[in-house]
Amino acid sequence: MLRFLIKRLLLASTTLVAISIVTFLLFFAVPTSPAWTMCGRNCSPERIAQVEKSLGLDQPIHKQYTDFVQGIFVGRTIDDAGTIRECEAPCLGYSFRSKEPVTDTITRSLPITLSIVVGAMVVFLTVGIGLGMLAALKKGTVFDRFAIGASVGFASTQTYTLGGVLLLLFVYTTGLLPNPSYTPISQDPVAWAGGMLLPWITLGLINSALYARLSRAQMIETLQEDFVRTARAKGLPARTVTRRHALRAAITPIVTIAGVDLGGYLGGVVITESVFSLNGIGREAAKAVNDLNLPVVMATVLIAAFFIVAMNIIVDMLYAVIDPRVRLG
Amino acid sequence: MTTSTSPAADAVDPDAYLQVRDLRVQFPTEDGLVRAVDGVTFSVRRGQTLGIVGESGSGKSVTSMSILGLHNPARTKITGEISIGGKNIVGMKEEQIQRLRGKDVAMIFQDPLSALHPYYKVGAQIAEAYKVHHPSASKKEATTRAVDMLDRVGIPQPQRRANQYPHEFSGGMRQRAMIAMALVNDPALLIADEPTTALDVTVQAQILELLEDLQREFHSAIIMITHDLGVVSQVADDVLVMYGGRPVETGSVEQIMRRPQHPYTWGLLASVPSLHGDASVDLVPIKGNPPSLINLPTGCAFNPRCRYAGQNGNRSFSEVPELRPAGEPGHNVACHMSFETRQRLYAEDIAHAGVAQ
Repeated sequence: MLRFLIKRLLLASTTLVAISIVTFLLFFAVPTSPAWTMCGRNCSPERIAQVEKSLGLDQPIHKQYTDFVQGIFVGRTIDDAGTIRECEAPCLGYSFRSKEPVTDTITRSLPITLSIVVGAMVVFLTVGIGLGMLAALKKGTVFDRFAIGASVGFASTQTYTLGGVLLLLFVYTTGLLPNPSYTPISQDPVAWAGGMLLPWITLGLINSALYARLSRAQMIETLQEDFVRTARAKGLPARTVTRRHALRAAITPIVTIAGVDLGGYLGGVVITESVFSLNGIGREAAKAVNDLNLPVVMATVLIAAFFIVAMNIIVDMLYAVIDPRVRLG
Repeated sequence: MTTSTSPAADAVDPDAYLQVRDLRVQFPTEDGLVRAVDGVTFSVRRGQTLGIVGESGSGKSVTSMSILGLHNPARTKITGEISIGGKNIVGMKEEQIQRLRGKDVAMIFQDPLSALHPYYKVGAQIAEAYKVHHPSASKKEATTRAVDMLDRVGIPQPQRRANQYPHEFSGGMRQRAMIAMALVNDPALLIADEPTTALDVTVQAQILELLEDLQREFHSAIIMITHDLGVVSQVADDVLVMYGGRPVETGSVEQIMRRPQHPYTWGLLASVPSLHGDASVDLVPIKGNPPSLINLPTGCAFNPRCRYAGQNGNRSFSEVPELRPAGEPGHNVACHMSFETRQRLYAEDIAHAGVAQ
């Protein structure tokens, strides 16, 4: 177990370093400069050089990269056109646009994304897996057909369509729900949930559809396994056969997919955040890419990569807990 | 031997623990009605072993599954009678059959690796089988019982083994564990569905011996389902040969192995290599493939593969042969050829081939 963990952590750090280097290089491969977007089309070359200097972009790329890495681990001093800023570790730099420390941007936007994703996950895991398992047990019945039909419908709906329709129905037309907004859960849990309800439903329902189909297929396959027949041949009641023998085996691959999905979503749910105007990490990332805001791009990419890598390790460890045949090493 | 008007009735022993009369199992599918079992009659006494022999698709496994009542009633049509210890389970409520399953009738499956749950310890799986029929037993009693059973079936260090998962067992040990699980409630009838097919030859013999020992000890009836005539000759008292969902020959093991009367049984015997002859010359395989159960050949289902089809004019192709007495008491065969013709053909063509010699 320990060997596995050390091996995977080393691999994960390598992955993160590689991703940071590639992102950095890609940024400079773009045939434009943040200085141009900031200063406008009619900017004089002198002015552009001045802006680039203030952003530190006049330095060689490898120097900029090592400065960035140094900032994360020991902090660094940034000279912004005469204004000296002490940036303590972990320093992700300052936003080119707002001059806000990037760590502040992250601590502000991450809880928003976290709130959306965790709530949506509760929706799609319960609704999706519940519907899928029931449909598998009632295979071929009206319920099964209805559940599968509905999931095809939702799976082929896009976040911006469903989100827009829900906004129109519940906020603009009837006013049943407040406009989605973020209130910290520590401040007012009811307002937090109320403001998050529509994103949860939107992201939750669309993913429920996928999870329903997946768990139905898994369950139908597991119900045909020999060990399920053995369980029935022992004289176990149907309910025990389903819960203790079939469900446990059917759920294993779903845990993997849900874990990896969670890792992906925590890095930002760009479309959901944009549809509901919530400044989560995905929206910040999209904005930063448009603005060529390097420090924010680097930070959001690394955070997204971190969640994916971390969730993969956790999923592999969970797998070994669920399935005794899996040995970590 | 008088010719009975109802050959089915005459094959059933009224004192037998298991009595199956004219069993028919059909599955309606989108492609048509699958007649998986089409009129099978047999019986097994306690302490006796019946071998059911046939290729895949002959209906032998479907027959055993219906004795446990494991077919989904919504998708299966079962008629006839399956009497277990005097109770007919055809049409019985699911809750009642559930009480018989694993207690009065238990089953061993072909592949013990896939038949045991991969996530639960072997001991726990056996204890679960005990506890479901002994609800008042404590968890500790059930576990002790599981360890006892593992010991009974010859698993060394049963205490330690009970705490292991199926994947930590070897193939033979796994099948022993499966047998321990089947016997944990002292069932009066044990169905073994190809119990040795997935095992090494050396282990096969051990498992068959174990089953015989346990049968002597528990005095249970055994149905041994197999396509392996070697297994049948070793353990069975009586044999039922099935083809296309119908019985084609029944009799004692001596009658079936030494004086077989049906061309299909001949084919089975002649296609198994014997230890004495020259394998390359003396084997006579059965040509062709088993028929589709949706669309059986008209007349005798075996006619497309039978070397002797058409001996009696058109009857092989137009008339389904009934199971009729084949000379000796208890020996029945479903073939249009006359007793004399069959005797002559067997002596000329078959007696020297494969294990038939």
